[in-house]
Amino acid sequence: MKRSHRYAVCLRGRFGMEMNMKIYADNAATTKMSKTAIDAMLPYLDGIYGNPSSLHSAGQQANEALSLARERIAACLGCDAGEIIFTSGGSEADNHAIRSAARIGEKQGKKHILSTAFEHHAVLHTLNRLKEEGFEITLLDVHENGMVSADQVREAIRPDTCLVTVMYANNEIGTIQPIEEIGAVCREKGVLFHTDAVQAAGHLHIDVRSQNIDMLSLSAHKFHGPKGIGALYARRGIRLTNLIEGGAQEKGRRAGTENIPAIMGMAAALEEACAGIDGNTEKVSALRDRLIAGLKKIPHGVLNGDEKHRLPGNVNFCFEGIEGESLLLLLDDKGICASSGSACTSGSLDPSHVLLAIGRPHEIAHGSLRLTISEETTEEEIDYMIQAVSEVVEYLRGMSPVWRDLVSGKNKFVTP
Amino acid sequence: MALYSEKVMDHFRNPRNVGVIEDADGVGEVGNAKCGDIMKIYLKIDNDTITDVKFETFGCGSAIASSSMATELIKGKPVSEALELSNKAVAEALDGLPAYKMHCSVLAEEAIKAAVKDYYDKNNIAYDHTQFPDCESCGHCGA
Repeated sequence: MKRSHRYAVCLRGRFGMEMNMKIYADNAATTKMSKTAIDAMLPYLDGIYGNPSSLHSAGQQANEALSLARERIAACLGCDAGEIIFTSGGSEADNHAIRSAARIGEKQGKKHILSTAFEHHAVLHTLNRLKEEGFEITLLDVHENGMVSADQVREAIRPDTCLVTVMYANNEIGTIQPIEEIGAVCREKGVLFHTDAVQAAGHLHIDVRSQNIDMLSLSAHKFHGPKGIGALYARRGIRLTNLIEGGAQEKGRRAGTENIPAIMGMAAALEEACAGIDGNTEKVSALRDRLIAGLKKIPHGVLNGDEKHRLPGNVNFCFEGIEGESLLLLLDDKGICASSGSACTSGSLDPSHVLLAIGRPHEIAHGSLRLTISEETTEEEIDYMIQAVSEVVEYLRGMSPVWRDLVSGKNKFVTP
Repeated sequence: MALYSEKVMDHFRNPRNVGVIEDADGVGEVGNAKCGDIMKIYLKIDNDTITDVKFETFGCGSAIASSSMATELIKGKPVSEALELSNKAVAEALDGLPAYKMHCSVLAEEAIKAAVKDYYDKNNIAYDHTQFPDCESCGHCGA
């Protein structure tokens, strides 16, 4: 307590800030719901509670709202309402898309799937399962800057490839992939193309038609909507497998009474987010760049992911000589909610597969810090975070035998 | 955070005995950076008693707290008692650790043993080698 108190006092002195300030910088994990989204949900929790499958007026009122929500979401993606199916979130959408493409491929004797080494686990673990079921999986290497190229995809596509799945933007290091170009290659080769756009939807302009996207996953809680709801866009003509057997909801592909309040919240949140993309991008990118510039001043740290091709709100650094969990705990004491790819924060032995995929050695990857800001973040908060991170890194290095060995020259620094 | 006990957080936030003893009589370092934790213990021993102890740790919250607690538990104690300190005792003194963090207390036990072994080796003191299991025995790193 004493130490954190001392830090807070010192920071307050420098920035004139309250000691008990709370900065939420973990927007890639989840976002705060917008008032628009909450307001859109309330009537469906309270008054309009009918089952959309019911014939009576209460049911039909819910059904109309459902249809309208589907149209509004489709409009945000540039597709038709009939091409949207509601899911429980991004993971389910990824599972559904990949499993469907695998079944389609299997019928044509095509059992090869192409993806990348730094996908979300919802994709990677689904691919692992398909591997056990006899599919061959190729995971493309990711360049050190966190990018995969359309040429890599072109070279790896085989005659028996039934699906290419490449994430729109990476959830850890924020790098935005050349989706339109990859889509064009897939279209040219006649291979289905799915993208996990969980981090991109509501933050970047998406137009599935012009970007040659066949299937796309999104999740509402990443753009200020509610948790437990997402959507899968699947181009007309792509036959999705039945994920949940039962009633005729979602054209029989996913049985179960629709979560109308959440769907209404998602539609409102996505519309609001998409309408604000240009303004938010400009504002949030400037804050992000300020944060990156500030953290770059910490010696022997390195920015993960390309500096330009990255999500407006994503900042991810590795700092040599320290471990991420202790960094997070001390930042939390200073009121900063952040995230790390360290093994200790996940309960596994290996650090983030994303950081390993871009070539960070284990010992560096353990010292990673992800700060994901939003349009609500202020310049004052950015400056506070720069100061707090600098102090905590210095403090932890002060007690690190790894840092001592680096400074003494016994071991070599990996970063400049 | 509910992840750790109050005691773990106290020792993490205000670690006791952080630092280096330049003229240490025994130094022990265990763990590896690849796995995400390294502990280094420095002992000052006088007349078979641990008169001073310092530690340096690269690792998570429970690794730092375990080092801090372990040093507190052996400070001022005879060397033989320090050798008897088990990882369980360290974890219990911290009011428990999450199951997947128990290896942090193992590291603390091993770091102390390694430092004592170093002291014995430097001073040509005979000892029972079975008292000093190597780091790999904990299996945490899958080595």
